[in-house]
Amino acid sequence: MQFFSALALLKEGLSGQRGWREQWRSPEPKPAYDAVIIGGGGHGLGTAYYLASEHRRTRVAVLEKGWIGGGNTGRNTTIIRSNYLFDESAALYDHALKLWEGLAQVLNYNVMFSPRGVMMLAHTVHDEQIIKRHVHANRCNGVDNEWLTPEEAKSFCPALNIEHNIRYPVVGAALQRRGGTARHDAVAWGYARAADALGVDIIENCEVTGIRRGADGAVEALETSRGLIRTRKIGVCAAGNTSVIMNRVGVRLPLESFPLQALVSEPIKPVLPCVVMSNGIHAYVSQSDKGELVIGAGTDAYTSYTQRGALHVNTHTLEAICELFPSFRRLQMLRNWGGIVDVTPDRSPIIAKTPVPGLYVNCGWGTGGFKATPGSAHLFAWTIAKDEPHPINAPFSIERFRDGHLIDEAAAAAVAH
Amino acid sequence: MLLIECPFCGARPELEFAYGGEAHLARPGAQAQVTPEQWADYLYTRTNSRGVHAERWRHLRGCGRFFNALRDTTTDQFVCTYKVGELQPPAAPAPTTP
Repeated sequence: MQFFSALALLKEGLSGQRGWREQWRSPEPKPAYDAVIIGGGGHGLGTAYYLASEHRRTRVAVLEKGWIGGGNTGRNTTIIRSNYLFDESAALYDHALKLWEGLAQVLNYNVMFSPRGVMMLAHTVHDEQIIKRHVHANRCNGVDNEWLTPEEAKSFCPALNIEHNIRYPVVGAALQRRGGTARHDAVAWGYARAADALGVDIIENCEVTGIRRGADGAVEALETSRGLIRTRKIGVCAAGNTSVIMNRVGVRLPLESFPLQALVSEPIKPVLPCVVMSNGIHAYVSQSDKGELVIGAGTDAYTSYTQRGALHVNTHTLEAICELFPSFRRLQMLRNWGGIVDVTPDRSPIIAKTPVPGLYVNCGWGTGGFKATPGSAHLFAWTIAKDEPHPINAPFSIERFRDGHLIDEAAAAAVAH
Repeated sequence: MLLIECPFCGARPELEFAYGGEAHLARPGAQAQVTPEQWADYLYTRTNSRGVHAERWRHLRGCGRFFNALRDTTTDQFVCTYKVGELQPPAAPAPTTP
């Protein structure tokens, strides 16, 4: 692996940038691997990286039907936070947040993690009560979160409108200072480069068309658009298409796939120093380093695999943002797009073994999977390597739906992730 | 925005409707005999079809009535809509039974 450093930059700068090599190989698939990951997004690439780096499994492949990072990893609004209500979720998302903090150094790749603070607004007395409950629960779990008055919120984020003459005035806010954003593409590329350096094969344009099982019921091989690949361990990180792959082996999951849209404005000078979210009126917005406002809308009402949604969903979010930030009203939106998110009934993910021996699944991240990328990948690699869940992801099983042990962040968070 | 054909009122914009999830999910029988697996399957497990999907809609801001529809989830185009109680039209594969 070509090591990135200030010295390497200087050297290449002086020699006309001619010494940079490709950051990962594009190998042909081998006939067999110890483990195969389906899905080359952040979660899948990260899983392969941790399998190689922490569990010494280097005969690993990542299969991606399109190009790496081209699914939800490249389509989300890059918000990172860990202020979830329940103990299980706080442990999971804070595990990820701690990995984010050192990720650029570990991967030798600038993922542009920026802990600029995530502010969640309260608009009613009910919002205030539930957000304060979150603040207290978080602090009991060692997750930083604090309550701000409207004036304190405005001093942290001066563009925020805290006047009383709007439909849903701001009555306060919770602030997680360790939360923030990261560069989505860099996360996929950084994991790909680091995994490749450890011997992982990253195979793009390779669609899985079937999964073969042996007489004992365990997985044996994958049928792909680039030939048969033998393996005894398969990890599925296919986000919105998880049901499609799992239905091929007869495993039905509590998942529904919905379009989730996002959009960006024209670039402007720095105006928004943190991430601002409102569950109550459904808005979330941050500002990228290019200056674009990055805005997340809600899911469309119906299941779909089209990677597009209806305009009225975006309009709803923009109306809320224009009330909170009147200075944004004259901005033009540059682009909007959709991704397909797989949603569980309790809005918590599944990182687990399946009823099929050798088949593991990491899914159900719904509208909020990006923030968990390093933690999810780390725990999923553990689960695959040891054939048992790590204590942090043990509660996120498929069986919780049968046993009634839901981790009901849906009820706790109302909407936005 | 989708244009949805209510079997009672005709074609109306999506904003008038509420989505009701997968159609033709049969509630399992007498409670005493239902296993936790059957409950979980009925309450939570979904086919999540990539392709033609049988689903419920409600004309919430119109006649208020529920109906069923077949829609292709790869294009969002409706194949047809039909009334509750009618059999699922043959345009789609039969719903899978677990």
